[in-house]
Amino acid sequence: MKTNDVIFQTVAKVVFFMIIFFAVHLFFAGHYYPGGGFVGGLLTSGAIVLLLLAFDIKTVRHGFPLDFKWLIGLGLLFSVGTAAGSLLFNVPFFTHAYNYFQLPLFGKTSLHTAMLFDLGVYLVVIGVTMTIIQTIGESE
Amino acid sequence: MEILMCIIAGLLFAAAVYLMLSKSLLRIIIGTGLLSHGTHLMLLTMGGLKTGAVPVLGEHASTYTDPIPQALILTAIVISFGVTAVFLVIAYRAYQEIGTDNMEQMRGMETDD
Amino acid sequence: MINLPILPILIPLVSAVLLLFLSKRVYAQRVVSVAASFATVIAAAVVLMKVKTDGIQTVDMGSWPAPFGITLVSDMLSILLVLTSSVITLCVVIYSFRSIGSGREAFYYYPIVQFLLVGVNGSFTTGDIFNLFVFFEIMLMSSYVLIVIGGTKAQLQESIKYILINVISSAIFVIAVGFLYSVTGSLNMAHISARLTDIGGEPIVTVLALLFLIVFGLKGGIFPLYFWLPGSYAAPPAPVLALFGALLTKVGVYAILRTYTLFFYHDQPFTHDILSLLALLTMIAGSVGALAYKDVKQILIYNIVIAVGVLLFGIAIMTEESIAGTLFYFIHDMIIKAALFMLGGIMVWITGTSKMDKMGGLIRQYPALGWTFLTASFALAGIPPLSGFIGKLLIVRAGFESGEYVGAIVVLLSSLAVLYSVVTLFMEVFWKKPKLPQLHAKKQTSSLFLPAAALVVLSVLYGVGTEAVYPYVMQAVEALIHPEIYIDAVLKE
Repeated sequence: MKTNDVIFQTVAKVVFFMIIFFAVHLFFAGHYYPGGGFVGGLLTSGAIVLLLLAFDIKTVRHGFPLDFKWLIGLGLLFSVGTAAGSLLFNVPFFTHAYNYFQLPLFGKTSLHTAMLFDLGVYLVVIGVTMTIIQTIGESE
Repeated sequence: MEILMCIIAGLLFAAAVYLMLSKSLLRIIIGTGLLSHGTHLMLLTMGGLKTGAVPVLGEHASTYTDPIPQALILTAIVISFGVTAVFLVIAYRAYQEIGTDNMEQMRGMETDD
Repeated sequence: MINLPILPILIPLVSAVLLLFLSKRVYAQRVVSVAASFATVIAAAVVLMKVKTDGIQTVDMGSWPAPFGITLVSDMLSILLVLTSSVITLCVVIYSFRSIGSGREAFYYYPIVQFLLVGVNGSFTTGDIFNLFVFFEIMLMSSYVLIVIGGTKAQLQESIKYILINVISSAIFVIAVGFLYSVTGSLNMAHISARLTDIGGEPIVTVLALLFLIVFGLKGGIFPLYFWLPGSYAAPPAPVLALFGALLTKVGVYAILRTYTLFFYHDQPFTHDILSLLALLTMIAGSVGALAYKDVKQILIYNIVIAVGVLLFGIAIMTEESIAGTLFYFIHDMIIKAALFMLGGIMVWITGTSKMDKMGGLIRQYPALGWTFLTASFALAGIPPLSGFIGKLLIVRAGFESGEYVGAIVVLLSSLAVLYSVVTLFMEVFWKKPKLPQLHAKKQTSSLFLPAAALVVLSVLYGVGTEAVYPYVMQAVEALIHPEIYIDAVLKE
């Protein structure tokens, strides 16, 4: 039986971007407010899963033509790299640097190397979640 | 409040033990999920549920909650998320290969090298 | 460089990430794995020298001062174990080239091994009880993948039990850490030790000691909790089994050693008596298993259980001599277990079966393999001058001196059981008449044999050169017997 999922597909296309934007918002809110790489990553993969439900694995693979396992490696590289950067400055491992900058448009902003670490977490979470869901979903 | 939390954690453990003792693989996995929920609740209670504001940035906060248990729980949640995911994948593979999700029948496989 | 103690953890981590990207190029993976493992060995040796001359090294992660942040502590005990683990991993990686199979090689085998090393080295090095849990989990996650990699039916079936057991033990670990935090208000191991000294022998501390014993006992395979071990360890292929047998249970025993010398030494008549009783039962149960089975893998696996019992007995006596013996035996057992499992793997690979009564007469075609196996067996049983001797001698002597006659005698008897089981294995596999007709064509085993033989040679050197190792071990014992040394080094008071 062919299901009629026109409404679902149309809504999913719009809601996908809303979730992504909220995920990005949560990601940048991290460190001082609730949020961060883990929640952001979960929400992003949630958005991708929504597309998986509305369409199918082939369509989604066409939209995201990358190996999610590769994303895990990239994310780990970011996180470990940020932490190992402290080796270069001969400060204890994992020591972060931060400062306040006067940026155009944003005004006074705090920039923090913990954000780079969090970006790694974000990528790893997306990579792990999507790899698992694809592994289970693919064989059906 | 602490006592109530302890009782709830105990109930979660009881449910987890019941589920983990059943034969169906999926129930066992749900049981491990409940087990880690109970653990996290226990950890939160152990840190103290005293009144207070959120753990804040700044030096003049008069009341604040101990942030350490929360950090621990966050870590523990991430880890149990990962373990549950791996467990699900392996259980699914086992179900495909062995053809059953009944733990009673899942034994006596010869090792082959 | 102040980050020196972190290098044995960081090098495998970075190489594991790099290996993730190389998943399709098997040859490149091999090169990177060997290079990284070798670099880890070098780094561990450098840290060892540093600890030898300058005492305990610490790194306060993220520049948070000691009781507040996570501290990594390299004392002599940690770094000796880290060095041993790294050497074993290097040998196992080389051994894997021929034995693991190309399917597994392409499916992230090498990165996972490096992740396992991250977890093991991290567990040995960390000075924070919750961080110990995190490194345990890294190690366990890698072991979940390693036990199931390849996906045969037996592996899948055993991995489910293995994961379930470890999920439960991790849950108990988190609960125990929660209790410990509510009692002491700290997670830094040195700080906890100092606080527990103020509290003294309260009953809750004893309860905590038992909770931790259950957690680490499940991982280490002590008496009532080892039931999962023979089944789960028999499923994966030989190199994975060598890693598991040499490293995983030892991390559990290390954790017991660390907590029972640093935290729970106030109520020794109770906690250490339980420990000693369990140690005896572990040795007996292991001996029964080792004597009963007619299977290469099972005999060697039950020998792990016996060794865990001997180590626990050494910890339970808690005198300077017994702890020294435990350390000697600890390092010896890691090396020799890895070597034996690798040699056993070669035997299984040659004959295509792990049933001992189906093999026979291998000595004609593989004399070097046979004699190496016999040497390793003698070392395992503790025959002088090989490496198991000094550790067992010290443990037994300490046992007699502190009045634990029954325990000391059981240790001696268990050595006899070990000797009997492995010599039977040698006789059945190498002596006797060849039973398998297809054995006429000699298989090329040198690439498998060399790394295993290297470990046996290392073990022999370790036994003959005990005198050279002695000052290192005594420095480690010093910090274990006097926790103040450890506490002062971490908290910098």
